[in-house]
Parts: sequence; structure tokens; C-alpha cells
Amino acid sequence: MVTVESPADSRPITFDTAPDAYRHWRLAVDGRVATLTLDIDEDAGIRPGYKLKLNSYDLGVDIEFHDAVERIRFEHPQVACVVITSGKDRMFCAGANIYMLGTSSHAWKVNFCKFTNETRNGMEDSSRHDGLSFIAAVNGACAGGGYEIALACDEILMIDDRSTTVSLPEVPLLGVLPGTGGLTRLVDKRKVRRDLADLFCTNSDGVRAERARAWNLVDASATPSEFASLVREHAAARVAASPRSADATGIALRPLSRTIDDAGYHYRHVDVTFDRAARTATVLVRAPQEPQPTDAEEIVALGDAWWPLAMARELDDALLLLRTNELELGLLVLKTSGEADAVLAVDRTLLALSDHWLVHETIGLLRRTFARLDVTSRSMYAIADEGSCFAGLLYELAAAADRIYMLALSEGDVPQIVLDECNFGLLPAVNGRSRLATRFLGDDAAHERAQADHGRRYSAEDAVDAGLATVAPDDLDWEDEIRLALEERAALSPDALTGMEASLRFPGGETLETKVFGRLSAWQNWVFYRPNSTGERGALKLFGTGSKANFDWERV
Amino acid sequence: MSINYAEKIPNNVELGSNRTLQRALEQWQPAFLNWWKELGPTDFQANDVYLRTAISVDAKGWAHYDYVKMPEYRWGIFLADPEHDRRVGFGDEFGKPVWQQVPGEHRSALRRLIVTQGDTEPASVEQQRLLGHTAPSLYDLRNLFQVNVEEGRHLWAMVYLLHAYFGRDGREEAEELLARHSGDADNPRILATFNEPIRDWLSFFMFTFFTDRDGKFQLKSFAESSFDPFARTCKFMLTEEAHHMFVGDTGIARVVRRTLEVMSETGSDDPDTVRHAGAVDLPTLQRYLNFWFSSSLDLFGADASSNAAQYFATGIKGRPDEKKFADHLAAGTSFDLEIPDGSLGTRVDTIPMRNAMNEVVRNAYVDDCMKGLTHWNRILEAAGHAYRFTLPSTRFRRGIGSWANIPTDPAGNRITQEAYDAQLGSWLPSDDDRAFVGSLMQRVTEPGKMAGWIAPPDKGVKDRPVDYEYVRVV
Repeated sequence: MVTVESPADSRPITFDTAPDAYRHWRLAVDGRVATLTLDIDEDAGIRPGYKLKLNSYDLGVDIEFHDAVERIRFEHPQVACVVITSGKDRMFCAGANIYMLGTSSHAWKVNFCKFTNETRNGMEDSSRHDGLSFIAAVNGACAGGGYEIALACDEILMIDDRSTTVSLPEVPLLGVLPGTGGLTRLVDKRKVRRDLADLFCTNSDGVRAERARAWNLVDASATPSEFASLVREHAAARVAASPRSADATGIALRPLSRTIDDAGYHYRHVDVTFDRAARTATVLVRAPQEPQPTDAEEIVALGDAWWPLAMARELDDALLLLRTNELELGLLVLKTSGEADAVLAVDRTLLALSDHWLVHETIGLLRRTFARLDVTSRSMYAIADEGSCFAGLLYELAAAADRIYMLALSEGDVPQIVLDECNFGLLPAVNGRSRLATRFLGDDAAHERAQADHGRRYSAEDAVDAGLATVAPDDLDWEDEIRLALEERAALSPDALTGMEASLRFPGGETLETKVFGRLSAWQNWVFYRPNSTGERGALKLFGTGSKANFDWERV
Repeated sequence: MSINYAEKIPNNVELGSNRTLQRALEQWQPAFLNWWKELGPTDFQANDVYLRTAISVDAKGWAHYDYVKMPEYRWGIFLADPEHDRRVGFGDEFGKPVWQQVPGEHRSALRRLIVTQGDTEPASVEQQRLLGHTAPSLYDLRNLFQVNVEEGRHLWAMVYLLHAYFGRDGREEAEELLARHSGDADNPRILATFNEPIRDWLSFFMFTFFTDRDGKFQLKSFAESSFDPFARTCKFMLTEEAHHMFVGDTGIARVVRRTLEVMSETGSDDPDTVRHAGAVDLPTLQRYLNFWFSSSLDLFGADASSNAAQYFATGIKGRPDEKKFADHLAAGTSFDLEIPDGSLGTRVDTIPMRNAMNEVVRNAYVDDCMKGLTHWNRILEAAGHAYRFTLPSTRFRRGIGSWANIPTDPAGNRITQEAYDAQLGSWLPSDDDRAFVGSLMQRVTEPGKMAGWIAPPDKGVKDRPVDYEYVRVV
């Protein structure tokens, strides 16, 4: 078998696509209901070596899915309900392609799972914050990752033809976990009783509609002749209850203008430069360089060129490219440049116009982009140096970082940190709280003080005192301090760092997402590494050959 | 309800002493009889039919003939005699003792296979339920009912396995076998082919020849299974299944004979002339054959199949006549699969042998079908006629596997979609063909008399004359 290695052999994987280039999905918008039809072209895998049979997906399929959901948000904002269904006969989706998983490197699997998880979380994020609901219209066999897509929807409707089943067959069939949120959503979201969930997750055949309803694996079912009207009725009810504006007119999400070269990724507001020898990438985010509109009509007219929207799209894209293509750049140096006041001005617009659909959706994209940063398994240092502007929503970059280094200057262009209302709940992280609330866990007074002092311009020393920065070297120490900090970090075990950072970043109460990214992903990634799944005689490796896995029976 | 088991349900599985099984079957039997009355053959439930009933597995008992009303047919449960010290005959467990119980790790896979096989049995009864009204003779009517009751018995055989070996899940699956109905849009049978109604007797003969033959090969593969009760059940079913294919083979041969007679009487082989004289012209027969052969091929599954590999490796499902193969492990060997390439050609894909097991079985099936064609072509040859039937390529009109939805002509040459769409109507029965065949379907109830489109059989059933009153219709 071919082992597919990542990063790419020749050109990098990008996440660029658009509906007219989709190979696997059809996006149809009819008034306030969008229908996303999964009809996978089995010969169009993103990598060679496997066929996407039975509507099974790989990264390429999910890139289109991610794009489609994003386009519904921005290009079809009147849509209140998205119906996800299949274009195949009696087959909804068989989940992630097993041969792709079996032949992929560990890193590829992990990155693939993370991205698919984020897209599914994104659906729930839009439902929770923006009233965009999702209905899974399960019109055929629905297994593994297919059922996990359904689990991410607000409602699961299932065809009842006495044959179709929903299932999570990963454990019995493949020796891995339903790792795209499956186990977690089953018991946390749908509240399936844990012993029934245990039965369900160990039965490779799955359960038919009647029991699926009884166990709350689905919400409703109908016979084939009545299924379409069931879906229509439920979608109509969702539309009627949606707070989304019916008369919003969308904007176009044009292709990002981006250059990829040996030095890095270059966008208008975001620039990523590689230092391969130091295993470091610097991610620079620029404040708006031109005055930004403060009026909704002008914002709509500017569309995807509006700074917060454009910046978020670029940052999101840069993170995805880095994760997929630059595995060895283990340390991200997060920097900002430009005028703090320009950022703060945009923040005021975001807050003032947050009821407007485009502003609302832009806040959503910022929220999901910073959330992607939070769960990126790279070390992150924010560097507040001369000319930086960690102000308002750009402070979220620093708040997401593992450490914040801030240059202490007594005169000249003194680096400053400024907080505003955007830092106190507008952009919750995956744990459901603001990054500052997480940062000040156990120190409510510091959190309240920071909130009361919003608008204050913190110097490096003040920021350290207030807990908003980690270290504040002065200009004499700065260069050595930063160089040593980066070199030291880049020399540590990448595995240990990934585990350590993931553990330290989310103190306090858990949410479904933190469980998915913490418990479920960590166990899944452990299972992926064990010989019982991916060894030469492991279940995942041998799937499809007919041979039985040769397990090491020790419980670890 | 108390049941005299040996009387009511002839069996060789010691049903009389197995209370768990009795309880399960007592609940299932009334449901089965209801199903039979509602969805079995229409209108003939009260008639005496001269039927074969299996009352034991020995040479004398498996074919007991007598008049019986179908609802009173004694659907028995029989397993072929056990083989002493039987060993796993193929796959990774080769040489180990066979299983008398379902191993937990194979429960799902075995249940799935048994349910899928079981689902086809009542499905075909449902598909054929209206045919009694247009039977071309009492002899054929009796054969239809013989096939139907035996498909019903085969359902019993699968239900027995589900009840006896699969616990609660098995009982639920057994109920579902009666709840799904052929052609019911809301409750369809599992396999698509079994949801198409069989409207005319030509289709019935084609079905018993081509589609039941798929059943034969599935049963032969299951007869190799390491799950011994399953293997023995299927082995015994094969003895009955042979009759179904006999019905198809001789049925088509009789149609050919009658057509040749008409051609000789009219001195013409022009299809219109033949049709005008009330017989089925040879090109129409070929089109029916094209249709049924190609749709039956899909029942074997994909040509490269992970399920097939798993079934073989784990010893669940072997190859027909596994003993004839030299290598029972098929571990390091490969199979060259000819698959479509990116343009209009083909290329060879070498896949592991185990993944090609469906294709291996399919190829054996194709060879077996060829024997029927040779039989019919010999009739043509003996009559001095130049026409010959041909078997389409296995690439033609496929819905599953590498050739699914790839346009080819019946010989398997790749053609464009436009050319395919334009010619498909000339390769398969047209609406006009079906309407014409339908118009021939007139009921004949006088003993010994045949409808005008079919020749009489060479001989009757079980030494009875052809003009025996096989069904008492009055």
C-alpha cells in the first residue's frame, strides 16, 4: 500500500474552493432553506491511492463542506436552515474513508480529524450564536463519520425503510474511535444513556429507525414516501423560529489574494514568514491601514474587503495551511503591527452594529478563527514589540498564546496593550468563556479590574502587573531574551508540548468542544498510534484485506 | 397453543425438546401464515396442489409428493446430515474445528449474511404472487407454487438460524423479514432486484434461471461456512433450489421450441410474423435474457470488495465447491481485474485474491449460465436454425462495482453515453415487448393443455403424466 505522507510531495494543500468547483457537494438555496447534498465522486480523492466509495469522505470533501457552510453564512444570509442529505441511493454517508486513514501518516490523520471537528463545531457555533440551524436528512445508511455529521446538526431525521441504520462502527470494525465528536455528542449532546451508548458503539450493524428514536439517536423518522415532507416540515419550523433576517442580501466571498513562496504566506492583512532552521513561523497581523466604515450600508458595500472579515479569513486560511503543510514549524510567533486606535475603532463598529447580519457573521468568523488558534497544536508566543498593536480584538491573539512577551520601553514608540469590550465575552473560546476569564480563573478581582479599566493603555510593566502579559524585558535584554525563549521552546519535545499546551490552555469547566478536543481527540490520537489500530497487524491497517487484526490484549 | 412439532414442523433439529426455540417459533409461525395469506400467491390458497414436501433429509423423505393446500404446507426445518469432524475449509482459521455456535466476534457479519439471504426468499414469493392467474398450464401452475412454498421453507430455514443462534437480535430480525415487502416503497426488500414485480411468465422463467442461480451460488458459498449449522442448512436448501433452476431452464427451452414450431408452420422468422402467430420471437427472448442476466450479476456484489475479503478470511463464506481449489488460504495471491480506464478503454487492476472473491463466484455463475444457453442453442441448431442466443458481457448494464454506470454494448465494448442511451432500448425488453408478452399471458386450466406460446414439457412431475391434474382448480 501507498503511504500518503504529508506535507505534500509537490505543492501544498490549500483550502481554496467554490461551489462551481465542488466535486462532492451540491449547494442549493431555496428561499430560507439551503440544501447541501453529499454526492461524492469516488475517483476524486485529494490524494491518490484510495477510492471514496459509499459516500465516504477525505480532507478534500471536508474542504468543500467547510466552504459551503461559510458561503451559506455570508453569501446566503437569509438562509435560516441548512438541510444536509445525500445524493446517493440508500447511502447517506459511510464516514471517513478507511483506506485513506489506513494509508495516511499519523500527522495527516490527526490534522484531518481536527479540521473535520472544527467544521462540525462551526455548525453548532452558528446554530448557538447566529440562529442558523442544521437538519440531517439521513436518507440512507449512515455510519461512523456520517453519523457524526448528523450529530453535529440540531436535528436528525431518518428514513424508516426497515433496513437503513445509523451506526458508529469504529470500535468493532476498525479498532479506533468515532473521533469526530461522535462519542462525546452521543452522551453529552443527545444525552443517550451511557449503557445504551455502549451497546450502540460496539454494534457494527447499527440500529434501525425505531430503536434509533427510542434511544434518542435520531429525533424523528418517516417512511420513504413521507420522508421528504417530514424534512420540509421540520425545515419550515426551524425557519419560522429563526431570528435570522429574512431580507438580508449576501456578499460575495471572493478568492483570497494570497502568495505562497519559500518565505511564507503573504496576504493583505496577514503575513506568515518561515524560519525553517528555527522551526518557527511568524504570523503578523496588521491593523487596518485605511479608515474603516462605521455604517452598515458601507460595510456591505465593502463586503469581503472589510478589515475584520478580510483579516479573519486570511488568518483562518494561514492557520489551516500551516497545520496541513508545515508540520515542523512548531512555534508560532504571533505579532501585530499598525495603529491600536484603528483596531479599537473597528471594535466599536462591531459592537454598535452587532445586530446587522454581516457584522454578526463577521463576529462569528472571528470567534471561530480564534477558536481554531486556541486548539492549534503549535506553541504560540505573542510578541508585543515596537509598532505592535495588541488592542481589542487583536489582543485575543495574545490571549490565545501560551506566553506574551512585551517590550518595556521608557520612551519612543512604547508598545501598549489595550482592552475593550470585545475582550469580555464577544469572542468566547471553545470552553464557552472569554480568553481573559479563562486567564484569570481563580482571580476574579484581576478579571474585574481589567474589565473596569478597559480602554486603558498598558505599558509592558503595567501589563505584567495586571496579568495581561507574561514577561517584559527591556530594550537591552529584549533581543537575547526573545532569541533564547524561541530557541529553547523549539528544542523541546513537540509531543510533550502539544499535550502540555492543550492541558494548560483550558483550565476550569469543560464544554462539549473541550471534551472533543481534549479527551476524545487525545484518546483517538493515542489509539491511532497504537499497533492495535495502525500496526502491520492492526485493525485499521488490515481493514478491507479480510484478515483479522492481531491484537495485543494488554489493557493499557 | 400446543404444537405437535414433528407433525406441524417436520424437522431434524430436535425441535420437540428445545423449549426456547419452540417458544420463538410459536410466535413466529402465526405471523408467517398471515404473511403467506396476505402476500403469498393470490386466490389459490384453498386449492389442492400436487406438491413436494420435505419431511426428512434422507433420499426417501426429502421429496414426498401429495396434494396439499398451500397454507397447510408443512414448512419444515432441515439441516443436511452433519459431517464427522468437519474442519474450517478456507481462510485464516483453516483446519480448525468448525463452529457449532456463532462466535461472538462474527455475530454481526453472520447475522447480516443470513438476513440478506433470508430477505430474498419471501421477496421472490411476493414478486410472483399474481402469476397464478396467467399460468400457461396446470403443470406450470404447480411448478410456480412448488417454487413458492420452497422459498417459504428457505425463509423458515434462515429464521430457524436467527432464532436458534442469535438471541433477541435474531428474533427481531426474523420479524423484520416478514415486515419488509417487495416493491413497497416504504418497506422495500433489502436488494433492489427483489423489489421488481414479475409480471409475466417469461420473466418468471428468466428469474428462476438467472436470479435463482445467484441464490444457488450464494448457498454453495454458504455451504462452505465454518458456522456449521448455517453450512448444513444451506447445503440442504441446494437440493430444493435445483428444481427452481430446472423450471427456468426447461421453461425457456419450451418457449424456444414453441417459437421454432411457429416459425416452421409460418415458414418465417420475421418477428412480426412469429408474434402474429402467438409466439415469442427469438430477439425478444434475447432481450429478456439480457435484462435478467445483467441485473442478476449485481447480486454478487462489487468486484473488489472488503466485505468479501473479510468473509473469506474469517471463514464465514467460502467459494462454491471450495474443495476444488488448491489454495484454501488465498493469502498472498492476487487477481487481475479488468476495469474501465479514464478514456474508453480498460486496464488491469491487480487486487488481492481475497478481495476478488465476489468476482470468483460471479465467474463460476457465468460459466453455469452458459450451460443453459448451450442447451437452448442446441435446440435451435437441431431445428436447423441459424439464430444463437448470447450471454452479455459482465460489464454490460452494471449497477455495482468497477463497471457500474459505465456504458458498454452487450459485448462489453465501451461506448459513449449517447450511443448507449440511443441503443439501450434495442438491447432490453421495450414497453412494446412487455406489452406483447403480457398479451400472451392467458390462463389455461385444462389438464395437459398448454398456452399457445409454450411447448409442453417432456414429462410430468414425479412419474405423473403431463395431463395430470396438478392443481385442482375447480
